[in-house]
Amino acid sequence: MHSDRASLGLRIAAAAGLLFMHLPILLIFVYAFTTEDKSYQWPPPGLTLEWFAVTWNRPDVWEALSLSLRVAAISTAIALVLGTLCAAAVAHTRFFGREVISLLVILPIALPGIITGISLRSAFNLADIPFSFWTILLGHATFCVVVVYNNAVARFRRMSGSLIEASMDLGANAFQTFRHVILPNIATALLAGGMLAFALSFDEVIVTTFTAGQQQTLPIWMLEELVRPRQRPVTNVVAMVVVLVTFLPILGAFYLTRGTDTVAGQGK
Amino acid sequence: MTETDRVSLAGRLSDQLWRWPTLLVVLLIAPPALWLGIIYLGSLFALLAQSFFSIDEFSGLIRYEFTLSTYAELFRPSNFDIIVRTVAMAASVTLASAIIAFPVAYYAARYARGRWKALFYLGVMLPLWSSYLVKVYSWKLILAKEGILSWLFQTLHLTGLLEAYLSIPVLGGNSLSVSWTGTFLVFVYVWLPFMILPIQASLERVPVSMLEASGDLGANPGQTFRHVLLPLALPGLIAGSIFTFSLTLGDYIIPQIVGTSARMIGQAVYQFQGTAGNIPLAAAFAVVPILIMGVYLYIAKRQGAFDAL
Repeated sequence: MHSDRASLGLRIAAAAGLLFMHLPILLIFVYAFTTEDKSYQWPPPGLTLEWFAVTWNRPDVWEALSLSLRVAAISTAIALVLGTLCAAAVAHTRFFGREVISLLVILPIALPGIITGISLRSAFNLADIPFSFWTILLGHATFCVVVVYNNAVARFRRMSGSLIEASMDLGANAFQTFRHVILPNIATALLAGGMLAFALSFDEVIVTTFTAGQQQTLPIWMLEELVRPRQRPVTNVVAMVVVLVTFLPILGAFYLTRGTDTVAGQGK
Repeated sequence: MTETDRVSLAGRLSDQLWRWPTLLVVLLIAPPALWLGIIYLGSLFALLAQSFFSIDEFSGLIRYEFTLSTYAELFRPSNFDIIVRTVAMAASVTLASAIIAFPVAYYAARYARGRWKALFYLGVMLPLWSSYLVKVYSWKLILAKEGILSWLFQTLHLTGLLEAYLSIPVLGGNSLSVSWTGTFLVFVYVWLPFMILPIQASLERVPVSMLEASGDLGANPGQTFRHVLLPLALPGLIAGSIFTFSLTLGDYIIPQIVGTSARMIGQAVYQFQGTAGNIPLAAAFAVVPILIMGVYLYIAKRQGAFDAL
């Protein structure tokens, strides 16, 4: 169909754009092994595995990681429930305020994070709610809903309504229909949405700086190190681990939603 | 339906839902609407309300009376500079991302097939989703005085060129990591994937036959680009620019880590609500990006940008 080939200039520009996006991340991997611990010297004077052991024995890193994982897990769970409910309501029915609801879901990520953050912080202050694990969670779940919603609503739209009607005609009640017909159809979309929500929450820093009290999530720990570098080698190792950890859910989500154009009942 | 189903609670409930579909929608929509309505909109309006209060200059306490004086403070030269600086940065970041993004998106949409298509997709998705702070950190490594970029210039015997650039008043600085150029580069890097995806989505919908027709009718590639491809890709470009513009307007971490001491809107909001304790002024500052984005979204909607999202 497209027998024509791209011009040399276009190919170079496209390749340069891709390289521009990836080389800085690769650089992180080199720095995790450098022997230099006082500056960001390039090329590294030597390579060592020493900093991995140092990082492994740091309790503050483990605490930050554990807090981040717990927050990400619970906010993903909340986002899965709220996002699916919202997508189910918006996808197959028309009701008053439908547009308003879809705008409301998107707003927390459409507006700059600092606005979400400072709004929540001043609301917590007004309501005399002390900053804790739960205040971090409230913020994270709010902006994670949209990721699940986006994935679920796309799948709901492709799913044929006649499948649900057939299930009801065959005697299943609403809950059985959900369990045996709807859920298997949207499962991979939910899993993909959940993974992306997890990655989003695990990485979030702007809203979290406003809703966390003394507690440090891993991104907050990194931010402290970026503003006032104290242990550069440990930061290098943590940065590399974060890259590896976030790549897994992204790759997972990619393989789950790939080739999902063939959902049962579609096009009938 | 079997007899047991008829009497079971689940069965009766689902019969009710079937009879009143509105009830089903209400039940579905209530939890997310309540969550977002109370937690998110509630806080947002509480913040906006505070921008109409003012701070007592002597006691430092908030006066809870309606006033527009806090908004008037935004127009003081020192504050207005922050707004102008931020908008200028957002505009240049948007322009640069569009220029870098277009060839990548065009190649991915028109030429990449099969495995290459997947590679391009992942090639954009991985940087998009990988950690924001790690990406910023990698640029701190790159731009540092002893970092890889200085080394590159040195190896190519071009250190003089770098120093000449750094001595340019506004753009340069002591080193790239404390200059506006540095801030600009990091912004472009971090938001680039947000620009590529919508442009690619809009280019996927351009029929190849239209480009061929343009060529057949005697247009050279430049003319085809200007008169056929660019207008058709415009909704995608505008959609992408919504992200790059909005994200740059509100960011306070990148200019804090890589950049000069001159503040941007995000940093001003952060400082006024934190150390200065001036919530009304912080709230008024937060309204600026909301207003700018409101106007921007209105124009974008009229250009049909939302179909490209």
